[in-house]
Amino acid sequence: MAKLPSTVKNMVLSLSIISLCMSAALGFVYVATKEPINQAKNKKILDAIQAVVPEFSNNPYEEQYTVESFEGVILYPAKKDGQLVGTAIKTYTNIGYSGFFSIMVGLLPDGSIHNISVLEQKETPGLGSKMSEPGFKDQFKGKNPAAFKMTVRKDGGEVDAITASTITSRAFCDAVQRAYNAYQKGGRQ
Amino acid sequence: MSLKHFTNGLLRENPLFVMVLGCCPALAVTSSATNGLGMGLATTFVLLSSNTLVALLKNLIPDKVRIPCFIVVIATFVTITDMVMQAFTPDLYKALGIFIPLIVVNCVILGRAEAFAQKNRLLPSVLDGIGMGIGFTMALTLLGSIREILGNGSLFDIKFVAADAKTVLLFILAPGAFITFGFLIAITNILKKKFNI
Amino acid sequence: MDYINIIILAIVVNNVVLMQFLGICPFLGVSGKIATSVGMGGAVVFVMTLANLVTYLIFNFILIPLNITFMQTITFILVIASLVQIVEIILKKVSPSLYQALGIYLPLITTNCAVLGIALLASKKDLNLIMSVVYAASTAVGFTIALVLMAGIREQMQITGVPERMKGFPISLITAGLLSLAFMGFSGLVK
Repeated sequence: MAKLPSTVKNMVLSLSIISLCMSAALGFVYVATKEPINQAKNKKILDAIQAVVPEFSNNPYEEQYTVESFEGVILYPAKKDGQLVGTAIKTYTNIGYSGFFSIMVGLLPDGSIHNISVLEQKETPGLGSKMSEPGFKDQFKGKNPAAFKMTVRKDGGEVDAITASTITSRAFCDAVQRAYNAYQKGGRQ
Repeated sequence: MSLKHFTNGLLRENPLFVMVLGCCPALAVTSSATNGLGMGLATTFVLLSSNTLVALLKNLIPDKVRIPCFIVVIATFVTITDMVMQAFTPDLYKALGIFIPLIVVNCVILGRAEAFAQKNRLLPSVLDGIGMGIGFTMALTLLGSIREILGNGSLFDIKFVAADAKTVLLFILAPGAFITFGFLIAITNILKKKFNI
Repeated sequence: MDYINIIILAIVVNNVVLMQFLGICPFLGVSGKIATSVGMGGAVVFVMTLANLVTYLIFNFILIPLNITFMQTITFILVIASLVQIVEIILKKVSPSLYQALGIYLPLITTNCAVLGIALLASKKDLNLIMSVVYAASTAVGFTIALVLMAGIREQMQITGVPERMKGFPISLITAGLLSLAFMGFSGLVK
């Protein structure tokens, strides 16, 4: 079978039909994957919440709230049998080595840190990316930002920075401080 | 139709190390073996799908609009891959980032559609797609493995050195990508010459 | 984010070729001579700036309102392919010598991952129209700088002794690696 000749009618028809069919196929796949995509997006947040606060029985994601003048910070209250056991706070910083990164800080009702989970970051692999490792982030467990100086030792604080990654460490503290400030301002007890 | 259509893409005309096509994803996502493998498989899917569709439709596409038509077909499969990965492999999706939609400008795919699929029948085109895809995937995984082993002391995210062992960080960073790639091409040249492939 | 920031970040700190790995194929293919590199760089500046302009408009005024952002890849690449065709036609008329010099590399700007990549990246960041255009132009300038640097070194390497099996792509890639290493020194230049 010979190839279709390149007349204007053939060209337009061929390109249009192919475009239409392909777009239709795409639309179909879009609808089919919409729900799974939503679930995948939320899964990371849900896993992080579970990792940073004590056991809970409610759905912190559905009870999320924000605090005025703290754009970008989201608070997820974790409750067990109606009592608040902790608040997971999605916070961020813009002063990382590669700019923006976000973490989930779990605060107990008294304001002390239960645990921290890294959400998304693009710091240097092998250096700043070590913020996800227990060796660095575990030092925050149990500390209360009210009394604990939330900056790196170089800046007069009490945080041990990651070797050769002071900028990332400093940014990490910035994010934690932001979470604590938001909680202080509008955290629900 | 022979098996040659399949084995061609594995070494003799390996898309990455011989034809040096698809360099951008090769350098950008091979900081780990898993990412390299994932990208390779995604590209193989698109390559196979587009080769198949182009071979099936080749007589219905007038010559003068063939490039835009190929692009629409390829872009559709790329977007499908993008959405499926976002839904079912979110971590890999995040790691590969913008390079998933960039599969559409991967010269291997448009190149094979133009040079092969539009001139050959269905089955050879399918074999060609699979062969080139696997060759590309192997190359990417090899590049990723070397960079991950030297730069992170791990392979497929399984660490095999002590937690505080010093690794050659350079290899997971930008310069390491270029240098490793360069040496691998040189080695391929040597091997080809030696075994007369 | 102010404009000086965008420009410096795009040209050196996040150099599109040496740090972001976009535009490698033309980078390796065209950088044999300085003159061709400058020509290619100029063509890319033109296409990239226009591409960002048009794709910004399409994304924000057609795709988003109609809720069909999943059509982004298809529409963007078709826009770019058309723009390159137009540039080809114009160049043939205005500067036939440059058209000849660029040869096959001109239509290949379509498959230059940098053009599509930067258009996609710009739509993911929160840039307005002018910022997006400035971003594209600066990125393309960074591309040209990397290209010309590479061409200068490669012209020099023609007369130095390169081992047989390393000639061509291998030595170019290693050179690129060293250039990339040098450019890493720019990080932290602007916040």
